[in-house]
Order: sequence, then structure tokens, then C-alpha cells
Amino acid sequence: MSVSLLLLIPLLPFAGFLINGLGFKRIPNSAAGGLGVLAALGSFAASLYAFSLFKENGSETVIAPVFDWISVGTLNIPFSFQIDQLSLLMLLIITGVGSLIHIYSLGYMKHDEGFGKFFAYLNLFLFFMLLLVMGSNYVMMFIGWEGVGLCSYLLIGFWNRNTSYNNAARKAFIMNRIGDLGFLLGIFAIIAAFGSVEFSEIFAKAGAFSVGDPVIVTITLLLFVGAMGKSAQIPLYTWLPDAMAGPTPVSALIHAATMVTAGIYMVIRSNVLYSLAPVTLEVVAIIGAATAILGASIGLLQNDIKKVLAYSTVSQLGYMFIALGVAAYSASMFHVITHAFFKALLFLGAGSVIHAMSDEQDIRQMGGLRKHLPVTFITFLIATWAISGLPPFAGFFSKDEILAHAFAHNKVLWGLGILGSVMTSFYMFRLLFLTFFGEFRGTEAQAHHLHESPSSMTIPLIILAVLSAAGGFIGVPEVLHGSNQLAAFMSPLFEGARKVNPGLFAPIGLSHSTEYMLMGISVGAALLAAIAAYVIYVQRGSVPAPESVERRGLEKLVYNKYYIDELYEAVFVKPVRILSDVLWSFGEFVIDLFVEGFGALVIFLSGKARKLQTGFTGYYIFAMVLGIVLFLFWNLVVKHNSAFKDLL
Amino acid sequence: MFPFPVAPPDIPEVIKMVPLHYYLFLSTALFVIGIIGVLTRRNAIVIFMSVELMLNAVNLLLIAFSSYRSDPNAQVFVFFVMAVAAAEVAVGLAIIVMIYRNTRNTDIGFLKKLKW
Amino acid sequence: MLTLILILIPLAASLIAYFGGEKIAKTVALAGSLATFAATLVVWQKFDPSAGTQFAFRYPWLESMGISFSGGIDGISLLLVFLTTFLTPLIILSAFNNAYRNGAAFYALILFMESALIGVFVATDAFLFYLFFEAALIPVYFLAAVWGGENRREVTFKFFVYTMFGSLFMLVALIYLYFQTPGYHSSDINAFYNLNLTPGQQSLVFLAFFLAFAIKMPLFPFHTWQPDTYVESPTPAAMLLSGIMLKMGVYGLIRFLIPIAPGGLEQWGYLVIILSVIGIIYGSVIAIQQRDMKRLIAYSSFAHVGLMAAGVFSASLNGLQGALVQSLSHGINVVGLFFVIDIIYSRTNSRYLGELGGITRQAPQLAVLFLVILLGSVALPLTNGFVGEFLLLSGVFEYNNWLGAVAGLTIILGAVYMLRLFQKAMYGENSELTAGFTDLNWSEKAVLIPVVVMVLWIGIYPNVFLEITEPAVNQILQVVAAH
Repeated sequence: MSVSLLLLIPLLPFAGFLINGLGFKRIPNSAAGGLGVLAALGSFAASLYAFSLFKENGSETVIAPVFDWISVGTLNIPFSFQIDQLSLLMLLIITGVGSLIHIYSLGYMKHDEGFGKFFAYLNLFLFFMLLLVMGSNYVMMFIGWEGVGLCSYLLIGFWNRNTSYNNAARKAFIMNRIGDLGFLLGIFAIIAAFGSVEFSEIFAKAGAFSVGDPVIVTITLLLFVGAMGKSAQIPLYTWLPDAMAGPTPVSALIHAATMVTAGIYMVIRSNVLYSLAPVTLEVVAIIGAATAILGASIGLLQNDIKKVLAYSTVSQLGYMFIALGVAAYSASMFHVITHAFFKALLFLGAGSVIHAMSDEQDIRQMGGLRKHLPVTFITFLIATWAISGLPPFAGFFSKDEILAHAFAHNKVLWGLGILGSVMTSFYMFRLLFLTFFGEFRGTEAQAHHLHESPSSMTIPLIILAVLSAAGGFIGVPEVLHGSNQLAAFMSPLFEGARKVNPGLFAPIGLSHSTEYMLMGISVGAALLAAIAAYVIYVQRGSVPAPESVERRGLEKLVYNKYYIDELYEAVFVKPVRILSDVLWSFGEFVIDLFVEGFGALVIFLSGKARKLQTGFTGYYIFAMVLGIVLFLFWNLVVKHNSAFKDLL
Repeated sequence: MFPFPVAPPDIPEVIKMVPLHYYLFLSTALFVIGIIGVLTRRNAIVIFMSVELMLNAVNLLLIAFSSYRSDPNAQVFVFFVMAVAAAEVAVGLAIIVMIYRNTRNTDIGFLKKLKW
Repeated sequence: MLTLILILIPLAASLIAYFGGEKIAKTVALAGSLATFAATLVVWQKFDPSAGTQFAFRYPWLESMGISFSGGIDGISLLLVFLTTFLTPLIILSAFNNAYRNGAAFYALILFMESALIGVFVATDAFLFYLFFEAALIPVYFLAAVWGGENRREVTFKFFVYTMFGSLFMLVALIYLYFQTPGYHSSDINAFYNLNLTPGQQSLVFLAFFLAFAIKMPLFPFHTWQPDTYVESPTPAAMLLSGIMLKMGVYGLIRFLIPIAPGGLEQWGYLVIILSVIGIIYGSVIAIQQRDMKRLIAYSSFAHVGLMAAGVFSASLNGLQGALVQSLSHGINVVGLFFVIDIIYSRTNSRYLGELGGITRQAPQLAVLFLVILLGSVALPLTNGFVGEFLLLSGVFEYNNWLGAVAGLTIILGAVYMLRLFQKAMYGENSELTAGFTDLNWSEKAVLIPVVVMVLWIGIYPNVFLEITEPAVNQILQVVAAH
């Protein structure tokens, strides 16, 4: 695999960004859109080609240095690519789903004045995301890590006339930065421990550390802080729901399918280190489970179609971290893949709905859309089926694998997973029923305008629906007479980890009957939740209360997202603002008091000292004579007299 | 009595007639009189005269030593001092005269504008 | 000899600009500064990083006292000379936007300043260094005091006295060191390096140097002259001050303080690093709530300098290299930011965030260039700020993990205030003042585009600069190790 091929993968979108960015408003929309899509497709083709080459060459990891980026003393940080199973999988998801979303955007953004700019940003995002997954060291990963944060900022605040959108964008960037600081400190700790940032070197040296070594625990915890920010885990998740301010394709691409899974990618990439730190894995699992439950519970009561999906994303990312926490790395990756399909599909479907509803996002104003948007409805149904973990669609297989590993590891974790799964099923079917079933509840004008989206938008929906339906078959477990190809494909990635901590990778040892039982429970629970949703929202036709109704008790708490935003505002934002004002007005004043005080002291003393100048000539003459006498006394008597020896 | 060098033997007798320390006493007396005059009098002209007295006390001392050491350098030096003193007197008196013309007064206590 | 030419070209141009009169002053200034930049490029092209101090000149000055008029260029000098000569033409060009009364004197002072700054960076004699160090203060004082804002008199007076106060301590230290040199004494910097001072002596020398450079840079809590001065100065003077002049402080730390008094560093290191880190947080936090854009940049600059100082005091290769790259990056970024503010001010007559907004729609080109410079200053990877901050933070982290973590807060706080600045000025609805905003003209582009190119170049291929300075920095560290 040559460097130029690998370079081509990120550089194609980058070229698209440069051309669209520099030629913004000069390039006609049709050309700009075509260019953006071609860049993404070209990158997808190159990724596919790289994948086939990789297979041909016996699945050997390829490291391709491009140039030396930063070198200081013995620390050398090359700009280089690493291609192995993990980066290839990510490459295919990013460029594949990315291309579909680019195509979708052609239709969705058609009438936007910032059309060219939008494609430039999307391409830039692809560029950074590709760097993130292709880099062969942590600092390269960090380039992509921060770069996608930037693109996320630019795209959330894409409609920058609106101040609340801008605030959401800023919030996303800053919360990500908090995580990034953890990541950066993790890198420094790695440099201190290993003297290198290259994956291959670090993982080769990791064997020298024993399991549970505090150095490794620190490193992995710090890196995980970065993952919390990027993958929206507790406590850094509040930016993701706000990020829905961006155009819907952005939510699909960045805030569902790709960028937010960077944290999972990072942990899988560092699996050797994480396997050495069981404490960190526990933390990861606990945070993941908590996030999964929290996100799902908030999702139960949300009425904005995109907010529901956003909290669902938070919750699903929690699942992936549960999997990581129980060292089921390939299960986590499996869920990343299937989630990319069905969540992108859900967002794009939501976008299609919003498009049809003239930018209405409140599901209380929708209803009965399945007649008007048949393609959107069917694809949305498939995605809902998939995300709820109902067989035989993609979500079932990946979620089941995670839950099986969780069960083997810790029953409580499994219980939480089932609880989250029930809630997921409920809020997704609630969303589906409220949107597509019942009577239309919107305005006359909206009803008049209802239409199925153009084919540039429906074709990506159909492709993603197929993938959401069939995507699970890459990882059919043994118990269902599959061979779990994905796990087999990824298994070389974990050889290092197996070597340093074999105990962690012992077979989970569940009997087939247990596994059937687990599947039965999770599917049954999800089905029950779906039926409950059907009874409430279709049979009884109830609609969530409007904003003006006073909510009480637990419902009020959950409806207001547990007041976490308010809490952060009160605990962090306000105090920093107040501190800033205090330091500026009072702190600066106090420091300046010393400086000005020093000046004032000099002026005061000089005021005293000048009183010596009385202006009387006689006084000056007396002082002069006195001075001369003293000089003479010193020179003639003191200097030459032994009696004064001690004085000198 | 004093740790000053005794006169070398080859100076003329006529000089030795007055011992060196007489000169010392005289010039010290003159100098102290000058200092007291400077410190106690308030009339600028009198102070000026006292300064001259001090100057000449020093000149006298220089001459005396020079004679007792047979070294003419100091005598040359004294001429310079006198020349400079003359110039200084000219300038100083001119200033005092100007002050007098403007203020009708030569009291040093009166001229105290140059303070603070 | 080339080194001397570098000092003389701007000096000569300064005289021509002053006596040549109003009409040609602008042209002469620009031409002179560009010629100096060209000469720097020649020096760079001929420069051999591994060969130590090069292009040396040495003329007898106070020969019997061992003081000579001597200079030369090593990697550290070259980097800072490059910074100076790269930025001066841009600063001069940025002044073209405004009509300054008595322009001949204005441009002559800028050129004189350039000459003095180059002198500071190339001097290899301690007293010559001091001479240039003080000479650089004079033109910037006049620039601020004559062409400044309303409160310029008090503010520049404070600035002048404050920095002068600091440098006098340095002078005392230099004289003291001079008398410690063996034989007939020498004020050559290398002679100072070879002194064997007792820990007590080093401690005092350290404090004297620290005070001088801490005020110049400035470090917490010696910074109170800075925000006011930046705000009151005309923009070119603020650029000179923040872009180049405060690098004299960084340079002084690296050239004098670290290698001459490493014992002092051992004794006071913790204290001064903690002060620097406090400064980072303090400046960043204050910047968050600023309404005046210039003051916001002033505090952000203060915070960045704190990080550079912390890196230098860590006395590690990463820290020193980071400080040098960051000196270059920060100089470029801050000049760019000040110029953007100047552009906005020249169109709207306001520097207050509350009165602006929506400029990105009227001036997309400005918005893009502004954003890139801003990203450089919040240290996004692949921009210049990242390279510097990465190395600096890793140096501080190496010194002490906790201090590194606290210093790292700068990347969060930096994003907070910089994005707030960008959002309030460029995004949102248009205000009355920004409704008729026009995009960049050619001379503004001529300033901002080179700045942006450098932001990206240093970010993408920093090794060009790291390679130049590494041998010189290693030499300094060897001196430290030898003590």
C-alpha cells in the first residue's frame, strides 16, 4: 500500500474543502455540491481499494510515514498513517456514511444561501476525521480530534445569525476542549512513560508494566476524559443535545455516525493500555452504564424530534462504553458500525420529516405523516426496529453481543443495559408513532406543503435502511450458527492486550441456553416497551402535553433534563464569570495598588526630602562646612588611628 | 610636637628664623576666623571677604611649606590660586552688586527663594 | 558583518524617513523594513544550525575595560531576528490604513525600534545588550505617548518608569557579573557563562534578572502596566510591544537568566513557575469578561506569555524549544489579531463587543482570515499555536504534573474567550455600526495573508524552526548542566 494512496484518502476531501472554501459564492451551487460529493465518494473508493489491498497483503499492519512533523530532542512526532483492521473499518464507515450524507445534503441544503460553505465544511470534517483514524500516533489522533471539534463548531453554528445556535456551537467546542485537555495530559503522561507517541512503540513497550500499574491507570483515565468530551459521556454530554442546532445532515454525520464515536475508536486503539488498567475499565463501564440510562430516560419525555435522537445517541454511546468497560472491544466496534447505519438513517429521516414540515421539529405538531412520506416512514421504521434491538436487524446483534459480555462480567451492568434497552425501545416507538401515525396536528400551511423528499434525499435513506437491516450479519454470534466475522477480522488488534493481560480475555463461558435466555429477555422487554408505546400513542392517541402545562415531581425533573445544564451554569459558568469580573475590577486594583503605592511612596519621601532645601544660604554653608569637617575627620583621624580599627 | 618633617639643612638661615609651626598656627587661625565669619555673618559681602580670608590662609600655608622644602612648585600654584580667586571675586562681587541693585539688600537670609 | 548590516539597514532607513520628509516616509519605511527582511533571509540561507554563533562582528568599544561592540547570530537569535524583520514590514503596512500626523517621525521611530530590537537579539556583549534593551524602549515610548489615546500620558509614564525600574536591576546584576569575571574583566556573555558563582550569588543575580524580564514580558504580578498601555497605544505600537518587544523578556530569560544563574533557578524555580502559571489562569479568566477587544487581546497575550515563561523556567529542552516557537507564533498571531481589531475599529469606530456583530456576512474574507489567526491563538493542531503550546505544556508537565495540568487550563479558557470574541464580533445579527461594513482592501490583505500563511506553515511544518534553534538551546542547557 503506497503512501500516495493513503494520502489520497484524506486529501481528496481536503481539496474539496479548499476549492469550495476559496471559491465560496463564486462557484455555482451545482458545481460546489457535485465537487463535495465527488470528494467524499473518491475518498470512499480509495478506502475500498486500500481495504482490498490490505486483505490481499495478508492483513499486515501498514505504517506509512509522510514527513517529520515535530521533533525535539529524542521526541519525534511523525506525520504518518497507520492502516490496520480498526482504521480500515472506521475509514469505510466515515467515507461510506459520509458520502451518503453528502448526497443527501444536495437535496436538503438546496435552498440555503451557504450551500458551498456547507460542503466545504463537510469536506473539512471528513479530512480531519480521516486524519483521526489514520494517524499512527496519539498526536496525529489529536490533530483529527481537535479538527473535528472545530468542524463541529463551524457546522453547529452554521446559521450564525442565530445567537442561541452560536452559543450551542461554542458550548460544544468548549466542552470538547475540556475533554481535550485530559487527552493532551494523557499524551504527556505517555511521553513521560514511554518516550514516544507512536502506537506501535507504545504498545510494544506496554508489556513492561504490570496489570494495574498506576502510571497506566493514570494515562488511561486521562485519555478517557478526552473520550468523555468527544463521545458525550457523563459529565461532558450536555453539548450533544444542544448541537442539534446544526443542519440535520450535520447531526447525522458528526453527532451520530462518526465524530462522537471517536472516543470509542480511541479506547479500542489503546486497548493494550486499557487492558492493563482494570480500574479504568471499571470506570469506563460505570460511566457508560450511567450515561446509557440517563440519556435514555431524558429521551423518554423529549418532544423535539432531533433532541430525542440526540439523547438516544448519548445513550447508545453509553452502550458502547459498557462494552469497552467489559473489554468486549470488538462488540463495541460492532455497535459503532450498526449505530452509524441506523442512527444516520434516523437523523436523515428526521431531516426528511423536518424538510416536509417546513422546519417544524416538535413531534406534537406532527402525526399521520406515513401517508405523505412513505419512503421516509418505511426507512424510519426499519431504523427504529434496528435501534430497539429487535431481530433480525442490525441493532439486535450488536446490542446482544454487548449485553452478553456485560452479563458475563457483572449482572448489575446487564440489568442496567436491559433497562436502557427498554427505554430505548419505548422512546423510539413513541417517536415513530407520534410522527407517522394518528392524525396530522400541524398547521394548515404545513399540511398543504407536505411532500416526500426528492430522490437525492430518499436514495441515501434507502441505502442506509438496507444497511441497518442487513448490517448485523457481519457479526452473527456462534450461538445463532454464525461465525462472527467482525470479531475474527478484528482479533489481531487485541493480540498485544491478550499477551499483557490474558485473564481479561478468558472466554465468557456462557452456555447456549443462557445466551438464548438473555436474547429472549432483551427482545421480549424491548417488544413489550414497543407495545406499550403503541397502546399509549396509537390506540389511546394521547399526545404529550404542551410546554405551558406544569409538570410535577419526577416528570418535571426528567423533562428538564435533571437540571444538569442549570447546575453547570450555576457551578461553573457563573462563578468563572464572577471571578473574571472580580479579578478584573478588584484583583487588578489590588496589584496595581502596590505598583502605584510604590510610586506614591517615592513621591511622599521626596516631598519630605526636599524640605532639606530651605533656601537659606547660611544653612547651605553650614552643611558644607560640616561635611568638610566630617571628611577631614574621616580621612585624617579615623583611617589612620588604630583606635577606630574595629569600625572599618 | 607635630609630626611634620624638620626643615632640610640647606635652606637659608633667614627662613629658619621663623619656625614652620608659627606659619601653621597663623594660617589655621586665619582659616578658622574665615569659617566663623562665613558661618556667623549674614551680610553677603562680609561672607565673601571671609571666604577670601580662608583662601589666603591656605595660600600662606602653601608658601610656607614650599619655602621649607625648597620646592617652588607650590609658589607657582599659589599664583594660579590668586588669579582664579581674582576672577571669582570679580564674578561674585558682580552678582552681589546686581542683587543689591535689585533688592537694596545683601542679607543672605533675605534671598531664600531657591527652596523646595 | 551581515549581522551589523541587519542593525544598520533599519537605522539608515529610519534617518532617511525622518529627514526625507512626510511624502516619502511611508515608502522608505516599507522598503527599509523589507530590505532588512531580505537580509534576514540571506542570513538564514547561509546559516548553519550546528555551527554555533555565526556572522559575528566585533569592534573595540571600551577596549581597556573588556567591553566591545560585538554581536553574532546563533539559532535563538536567528529565530527572533526573523520574527522582528518579518513583523516590522507588516506593522508598517498595517499603519497605512490610518493617517498619522507627523508620519515621518512615526515611521522613523518604528524603524529605529526595529534596529534596536535586532540589536538586542544579536548582541553578544552584555553591555551592548543592555544598551539596545533600553534603546528599544525609547521609540515605543514616544509612539505611545505622542500618537496614543486619551490617557496616554499617565499610562505611558507608568509603563516607562516601570520597565526602567526593572532594567536597572538588570544593570546592577550585569555590573556585578562584570566584576566577577577574571583578569581585566570582560562583559562578553560567554565570560558570564564561565563564572563560578556561589549559590548565594546566583540567587541574587537570578532575582535581579527576573525582575527586569518579568516586568518586560510581563509576568504576574508585574503586569499592570500592560493592558492599559496596549489599549492606549496606537495599534502599530501595541503590535511592536506585544509582538516583538515582550520577546526580549523571553530572550533574556533564555540567554541570561537560565545559563548564568541556574542555581537561582533551583532555589526560586518553583516560585517563579507558580507565578507564571497563576498568570496564565489569571489573564485568561480576566479576558473572559472583557468588552474592549484590545484589552481582551492584551490579557490573552499576558496569559500566553505566562505559559512561555513557565516553559522556560522548566529548563527542559521541550520547554525552551516550545517557548521559542511560541514566541514566534505568538508574535505573529497577536499582530494579526491587533490588526483585525484595527480594521474593525477603522470601519465602525468601536472596539466594544456589545456594539458589533454579524460582520462575517459583510466581510467573509476578513472572517476567514480572522478565524485562522484566532485558531492559531487557541492552539488548534496544524496551526502555529499548537506546536508551541504542546511543547511548552509538555515541558511544564515534565517539571511537575500538577502544574502542567493547571497550566493546561489555558487551552480551555483560551477557547472560551477567543470564541466569545469571534462570536460577538462576527456572528449574530448586524448592529448599526456593522451594517455597512466593507471587506478587506489590498493593503489589509497584504498584511493578513502573510500572517495566515505563517500560522499554517509553522503549524504544519514546524521542524524548519525547531531545527534552527535546537543546537543553540542544547548549548544553553549544557551550560546549565555544567554548573
